[in-house]
This record gives sequence, structure tokens and C-alpha cells, in this order.
Amino acid sequence: MINKGLFYHIGQYFILMSKVFAKPEKHKLYYKQFLREIESLGINSLGIIAIISAFMGAVITIQTAYDMTGAMFPRYLIALTARDSILLEFSSTMVALILAGKVGSSIASELGTMRISEQIDALEIMGVNSAGYLILPKIAAAVFFNPVLTLLSMLVGISGGWLIGTLTGVITTEEYIYGLRWSLNSYYITYALVKTVVFAFIITSVSSYYGYNASGGAIEVGKSSTKAVVYSSVVILMFNLILTKLLLS
Amino acid sequence: MIELQNIVKSFADRVVIDDITVKFEEGKTNLIIGQSGSGKTVLLKCIVGLFDIDSGHIFYGTDDFSNMDFMAKKEIRKQIGMVFQGGALFDSHTVQENVMFPLDMFTNMSIRQRIERVNFCLDRVRLEKVGKLYPSELSGGMKKRVSIARAIALNPKYLFCDEPNSGLDPQTSIVIDNLIKEITEEYNMTTIINTHDMNSVMEIGDMVVFIYQGKKIWEGTKDDIFHVDNKYLNDFVFASPLSKRIRKLANK
Repeated sequence: MINKGLFYHIGQYFILMSKVFAKPEKHKLYYKQFLREIESLGINSLGIIAIISAFMGAVITIQTAYDMTGAMFPRYLIALTARDSILLEFSSTMVALILAGKVGSSIASELGTMRISEQIDALEIMGVNSAGYLILPKIAAAVFFNPVLTLLSMLVGISGGWLIGTLTGVITTEEYIYGLRWSLNSYYITYALVKTVVFAFIITSVSSYYGYNASGGAIEVGKSSTKAVVYSSVVILMFNLILTKLLLS
Repeated sequence: MIELQNIVKSFADRVVIDDITVKFEEGKTNLIIGQSGSGKTVLLKCIVGLFDIDSGHIFYGTDDFSNMDFMAKKEIRKQIGMVFQGGALFDSHTVQENVMFPLDMFTNMSIRQRIERVNFCLDRVRLEKVGKLYPSELSGGMKKRVSIARAIALNPKYLFCDEPNSGLDPQTSIVIDNLIKEITEEYNMTTIINTHDMNSVMEIGDMVVFIYQGKKIWEGTKDDIFHVDNKYLNDFVFASPLSKRIRKLANK
């Protein structure tokens, strides 16, 4: 029964995606929607990403410093560990999970409300490909803008680590910068950005699927929103493992 | 003209529309009436293609809508306007953007022409100076009128209204009913209205179809409806004490 449900949803998801990627009726209107979504899904997430990244960078630095007590560990390793944690995992995967909560629930509840208030039916009756018009701009906006959020998260996270490290005296600015530059592999950034693009697609498409197929009333929209966050997060974690194996092996 | 031939629609094992055959004439307001749960909305959604039918045929003029491919259906849909029960206005768009939406999507009109058309449609439904407002700032009656304005923006040949006066006070209901009737006659549209409001039937019902548990029980004009000897129809039409008294007076 569980398997039947799972395969049913996977099949329906791909059918929806085939509608989403059908030829747009009017590119100009889709572009207008794309700009709206950039603001709604991207720019409106800048604040939360900056705040969380700054605190996470700070916490990673303090925890690493706590673990590296003793003379055998050079202090610059604190910066090196913070850098690698932020670049490899935090700014891509953790930020994606945070966005799955913020953006995913917003997408699912928006589309779910449009579904139960017959706005999606209104689009269909006009002859508009509702899936394409409503979902494609969201996917495009997230895939385009989430790498910007990831880069911002890296910058703010590392800055947060430096600030707390120097303020608490666990590391000097020179040691921190030395640690950041020590054996820096630029592929880490490419790896993080590739993951971000895949995760952006997962968040928007999975959340859209649950919102677009909502039925009933407010309770069902709430349930769809919860499912969107849960399943987006699970799929992100699965793909994190797959991409890590593929890109870092 | 829209013609339904032997329409059947079921969900799982439950037959919701059972072998309905009926013809809706153009230039007339055609009403589908029946109790809540009788299948009116499902029938309307089948006619516009939101639900696929199990068997039967739906003709728009001479075109068999039920056997068309996706693109052909899309072309027919551009000739359809629909007024939903709750208005179904786009929350994130202003009134002007809502009415302009079909024009933006399907025409190459200049922005000036589109604004002129939007203003014309809003004037036609007697709404002025609301273009910049959002749907959440409108009353129920105003939402319905905006919905009608959006439905007629592309000069449709077919107009569908699902419970157009549900949730409205009797005076506003009459305004909406008369507006739909006027527009239908003015543009010679084929209009189909779902309702269980007997006031609407008496005001604008050129042709009335009564369905009960998914079956067509009766069709005729609003003048015939008081003189029909059918238990289901009479139970529906004369449900209230007031209508029962009117019937007694009419029969005296």
C-alpha cells in the first residue's frame, strides 16, 4: 500500500512536470511572473539566510575551538574547519533545508489556496496552462537565485565565524585568514553551487506538486504545506548523499 | 448553442451524472437547477472540460468538444467565460489586472487598447474606480461583478456561471441576475447558469433544466415550472412555506 502510494505520487509528479515544461503561451507574462518570484522566493529570503548563516558560522567556530584545545593543533585549523563545514555542507544543504521550510510551505499554501478557491480552474478554463504559468516561474526563480543565497550564506557564515572568534579571543584575524586560505580548493564552491541548483529544483517542484494537487479546504491546504516541507527535506537529504558520492568521490 | 448527448460521469463506483441529454440555445439564459449534491457543478465542469466525461458527447456548435485534442479544446476555451461561485479572482492581482489577464495572455492589443477594454468591461458591470483595488478589498457582489467583467473581456460566445448569487443579499442577487441576462442578450451568448435560487429561475430562466441525483428529470421554461406534476421538482420548487402559498394562490 505504501509502495503503491509512493509510485502513484512519483508518477503524478512527473506528469505535472511535463505540463510545467510545456511551451509557454506568452513568454512576456512568464517573465513578469519570474521577476515576481525572484522577489517573493529569493530577495525576501535574504534576511533569514543572513541571520542564520552568521549565527551558524559563529557556533561552528566556537565548537571547533572547543574541540581543538591543546598545543598540538595550530589555531588556524579552527578557520579551516569552519570554512570547510560552511562551504561543503552548511551553505548548500542546511540552507536548502531552511528554504524548504520557508519557501516550500509558502509555495504549497499559495498554490493550495489557489486550487481550493478555484483560481487554478479559472486559469484552465481560460485556456492557460496553469501548471506552466504558476510553477515554471517559481522553479526558474529558485534555480536562478538560490546560488546567490548560497554565496551570501558562505560569506556571512565565514564572517560570523571570524567575528565571534576574534571577539572571544579563540583566534586572531591573521590566523583566521591564514586558515581560510590554507589549501583552499575552489571546487568546493562549485560543488556547493551544483547542489544548490538541484536542491532549488527539488524544493520548488515538490512543494508545487503538493500545493497544486491540494483539495478540500483549509485543513487540507495546511496538510499539503506540511507534506511539502517534509518530502522536500527528505528528497534533499537523499540527493545530498547521491551528489556527494558523485561529485566528491 | 451547446448540446449534451448522453453524458455520463462517475467518480470511482458512484455515478454522479447519469445519461443527460439536453440542448442549450444561444442568446438565452439556460438554468440548471437542483438540490445541493445533485450534480450541477460536476455537470458544468464536464461541459467546460475541467472533468473528463466517461461517455457521451458535448457539442459546442457543431464541434465535438469531448473528442477534441488538447490544443483544439484550448481554442474552444478561449471562447468561454466563466463566473465561479467564489469569484475565483487572482488574489495577488488588482481588479484591473484580473480583468486584463485574458487580454494579456491571448491578444496582441496595445496597453492603451487593453486598458480601454478593461474600463469598458468594468463600466458594463457598473463598477467604476475600483481598478486599483485588490479582491480582498471588495464586497461579495463586487467580486461577482469583477468576475463577470473578466469573463466577458474576450467577447466570449459561451458564458458559464456557477451559483452566481450564492452568498449575496436578494437585491444584489437580482442585480447580478439581470446583468447576466442583459449581457447574454447583448452579445448573443450561450449562457448556462447553475443555481438553486428560485428567484433567479423566475427572473431570468429562459430555459430551465432540473436534475435530481445526477439525472435530468425535467426541462422547460420558467412559466411551465409551476404547472408540472413531478414530485421531485415540486419538492424542490415549493420547498419554502412562501412558495407553497404562492402555488396555492396560483392554482385557485
